[in-house]
Amino acid sequence: MPGTDANLFPVFRRFSMSGNIDSNWNPFALAGLVVLTAVVLVGGFILLQTVQAYKVLMTVFAVVWGLLSTALLFFVLNAVAENIPRKIRSVSVAVVFAGPAVILLFWALVIPTLRTLRLSFMGAYAREYVGFSNYEFAFTDPIMLESFRNNLLWMIFGTSFCVIMGLVIAVLADKSSREKVFKSLIFMPMAISFVGAGVIWKFMYAYKGEGINVTEIGLLNAIVVAFGGEAQAWLLIPFWNNFFLIAIMIWLQTGYAMVIMSSAIKAIPGEINEAARVDGANSFIIFSRITVPYIMPTIITVTTTILIFSLKLFDIVRVMTGGNFGTNVIANEFYLRQFTYGNSGQASAIAIILLVVIVPVLLYNLKEFRRRRVLK
Amino acid sequence: MKKALLILLSLLLIASFVLVSCQKKEEPAAEEMTEKAADDPYAEVRGTVVTMSGPFTDNDALKFDESIKSFEEMTGIDIQYEGSKEFEASIGIAIEGGNPPDIVDFPQPGLLKNFVQKGYVIDLNKTLDMDKVKSNYIESWLDMATMDSPDGKIMAGIWGRVNGKSLVWYNKKEFDAAGYEVPETWEELVELQNTIVSDGDAAWAVGIESGAATGWAMTDWVEEMMLRTTSLENYDKWVEGELKFDSPEVRKAIQTVADIWFADGMVYGGRKSIATTSFGDAPKVMFEKPPKAWLHKQGNFITSFFPDNTVAGVDYDFFYLPSVDPAYGRPVLVAGDIYAMFNDRPEVRMVMQYFATGASVEGWVKVGGAISPHKDSELSWYTNEVDRKVAEVIQNATSVRFDGSDLMPGAVGAGSFWKEMTAYVSGSKSLDEALKAIDQSWPQ
Repeated sequence: MPGTDANLFPVFRRFSMSGNIDSNWNPFALAGLVVLTAVVLVGGFILLQTVQAYKVLMTVFAVVWGLLSTALLFFVLNAVAENIPRKIRSVSVAVVFAGPAVILLFWALVIPTLRTLRLSFMGAYAREYVGFSNYEFAFTDPIMLESFRNNLLWMIFGTSFCVIMGLVIAVLADKSSREKVFKSLIFMPMAISFVGAGVIWKFMYAYKGEGINVTEIGLLNAIVVAFGGEAQAWLLIPFWNNFFLIAIMIWLQTGYAMVIMSSAIKAIPGEINEAARVDGANSFIIFSRITVPYIMPTIITVTTTILIFSLKLFDIVRVMTGGNFGTNVIANEFYLRQFTYGNSGQASAIAIILLVVIVPVLLYNLKEFRRRRVLK
Repeated sequence: MKKALLILLSLLLIASFVLVSCQKKEEPAAEEMTEKAADDPYAEVRGTVVTMSGPFTDNDALKFDESIKSFEEMTGIDIQYEGSKEFEASIGIAIEGGNPPDIVDFPQPGLLKNFVQKGYVIDLNKTLDMDKVKSNYIESWLDMATMDSPDGKIMAGIWGRVNGKSLVWYNKKEFDAAGYEVPETWEELVELQNTIVSDGDAAWAVGIESGAATGWAMTDWVEEMMLRTTSLENYDKWVEGELKFDSPEVRKAIQTVADIWFADGMVYGGRKSIATTSFGDAPKVMFEKPPKAWLHKQGNFITSFFPDNTVAGVDYDFFYLPSVDPAYGRPVLVAGDIYAMFNDRPEVRMVMQYFATGASVEGWVKVGGAISPHKDSELSWYTNEVDRKVAEVIQNATSVRFDGSDLMPGAVGAGSFWKEMTAYVSGSKSLDEALKAIDQSWPQ
């Protein structure tokens, strides 16, 4: 940066060269500035809390105050960091810039998690400690056991179908001349919200009953009846109704798996495929020995993402069956316990279990992610 | 660099000044007002805001705003009502997060009971003029608003708007044309059902699907039959959890429902379609030409799900679901909105006191869609034939009982009761299994 520019933009100089240049702040002025910043921060906060009228004005103020005071905070903290002796400056600058983010993360993530953990050992109204009875409920209640079973079905069948179909379609589309058309068609459901998809699929599975005067309007029943079968209440068929719901997730998520894996396939150097072909490999061998191993990291990332997703699954079940007819899942039961039944103890226990189950998958995903970064 | 800092600081200062000055401006204005109208009884609260939260959206929200307008103009209190369809979920977050609205409108007293138990709700006995309130409601309503808090029994809320549920709707034009007659007794109703079935149609249109709340329409039927096949004491004990679901009384009530619902050809679409038909779509088949089903039992709110061009009293009408056993009188099942107070300020007290008067729903009653539980409301307010008849049914009742599932703890009333009844209707569970599961889910 040329000297003239640095003089024009003193702030930049300070930020970019804080390691080389000592601060020219007067310690007293700096202390005053720190106090002033604290006043602006706390004062704005108190003002926002107490003045509830003039909604528009307060919103504007909140935005202006929020942005400017954050800038001011960083500016002042940076100035403070520069005033710290050189020896520990690199540490202090890191604290200044990463500190607020870490604090926010702690406040918004770690504290709620710990609080949930505490609540999970307390009664419905968080008044007394009840030991492990909430966990006992979570692992013995018939509804919870049913939810665990169903989540397992979602994880195994939902995830594997999404990934396998995504992979197969990506490979096949790669060879097709109308690749773009096929891929857009398959990807399109991704744009639909889960609740919207639920409404659409309600029409697919619609069942109007049997007996006099009844006409079926559901697509699936129309197909079954056209082939001479009898209309079915699809969502009421025990056990198998889970698969009818899983089909919705597959419809929504296959596009996601396909797009990511398709881009990974495109990244395979053409020479490798050509060399294999020269050596006499057919398409299947190329697929199993070259394509799949080459894009394995992508497959793992996609799989873990969808796996976490199917563990947390909530919307489809809530919209389609509300968890009735043996289709309940953990997240829905958690929601019901917390918000409908008002039992924060049991709900927290379920949330903690869900967290414990998801964390290993998450860690594996992160590790994989980092490894790939290093490789590339 | 210092220049940038100065600009920043001055901007912040200006912003704060603007705000502070805005605040100041209002205050002298308010003071002037008090001087001008020294006898203004509302001087103290003029210009204040009372926030409310509840399930009223769309049309209901408009009607509510309309009916409180005159009060707002008279007192100068601004009532800000925030309606949400996911109200049941969001209100818990607001209250437990320590930031509740001033007044919350609960359609389910059971949900309010949760918050009363946690000690969040203000006791109206200590904050309102209770003589006025008590003289304006019949005893049943006051009993239903009294709940257990950590500090003993409190008056947790007041009833704003109610609905009658013991109503059987029918397509009046076709009904008359077919020569059917409105049944006055249970025997006549049974006879009517059989006549309709032998005429080749389904007698009843029933649907209990309601997304996450699937099953509530079935629980209404069970409650109707509880009121009609056993004593009020048993009904109250059942709601309190003292009478088990797995008891002869409850079994008998459910059996009475099942006798109608599961009989061949009695319900449009048959047993399995009951669980897959949405409660709002269910009555629509009555208005097809020719009607595919003839009778539909539901609260008076259901008229908003009827086809658009239908007129109350001309195209559709209702009759009171007759008592099964005359020994138990003419019970009426009701539901309604109970307003609870979460912040104690003079203006909030004033608004609550106002909600305890018929005037607070007068506007709504006049445009239709609300029934007033207040004694000081008049039948002449009901401009709509059907609403007036609903109000009459409630007034003529020998006993009034609130929708039981809304009074039970959430885990039962909005949980296992709905779910297990749905499982029973859909055939995935036997009655024994369902009843045992409900009893087990009752919070200890």
